[in-house]
Amino acid sequence: MKSENYISLVFPSRSVNESFARMCVACFAAQLDPNLDELGDIKTAVSEAVTNAIVHAYPDSIGKITLKAKINQNGELHITVRDTGKGINDVVKAMQPMYTTGGSDRSGMGFTIMESFMDKIRVRSKPGKGTSVDMWKRIVPRSGGAAM
Amino acid sequence: MESTYELHEGALWIRLKGELDHHGAKTLISKLSSQIDSALPLRCILDFSGISFMDSSGLAVILYTHRRMRELGGSIRIIHLPDQAARVVNASGIDRLIMQDERSGSDEE
Repeated sequence: MKSENYISLVFPSRSVNESFARMCVACFAAQLDPNLDELGDIKTAVSEAVTNAIVHAYPDSIGKITLKAKINQNGELHITVRDTGKGINDVVKAMQPMYTTGGSDRSGMGFTIMESFMDKIRVRSKPGKGTSVDMWKRIVPRSGGAAM
Repeated sequence: MESTYELHEGALWIRLKGELDHHGAKTLISKLSSQIDSALPLRCILDFSGISFMDSSGLAVILYTHRRMRELGGSIRIIHLPDQAARVVNASGIDRLIMQDERSGSDEE
């Protein structure tokens, strides 16, 4: 799908960047004129994907996270969060609700939230190479206001 | 991420303010844990009215408090959940885990 507009962002896996990353995508997505719920869903999904990269991809080091957001011709937002960290051995297991290898400050609900707030999510991972999370959400133009 | 604690008639009121994400959750859980340990309350009331954003880290905070209060034979209540945070709670299904009556009565102050 040809994209109409896009941004690309690279930042180190420091937790202070979680807030920056989700705000950035929310600002970019604003041109699709999402409603408050949609905007909240996008921010939450980005926060989950970026947090996963920070916590799981680089558990003992600081690595690079690449965040891309695109708007496709049909008004669909496509977000990619990619790391070159340690990867996930069993993606299906990692995506199960309540499953976590994190501590008591993690709920194991990150992928469940991404799946329920976005239209589609695809996770590709290679142990030792990294993980790439792609998420899509179509913003339906509101009556009375034109998107883009 | 800020949190304030107030013990009132056996209930520990925990008021949360700001953005509740992974960046703030770890410190919050350790603060919360030491407050519960020293107060040993019968009930914990988690007030989310000051929360401007919450992701699944907020669920971890709720689940942790729920578990800790169960160990103490107490209960938790979640009040004033803003829309965005409520969507996260609903999507997770933890509202079925934590009894519905513990989430109701959000008018009580």
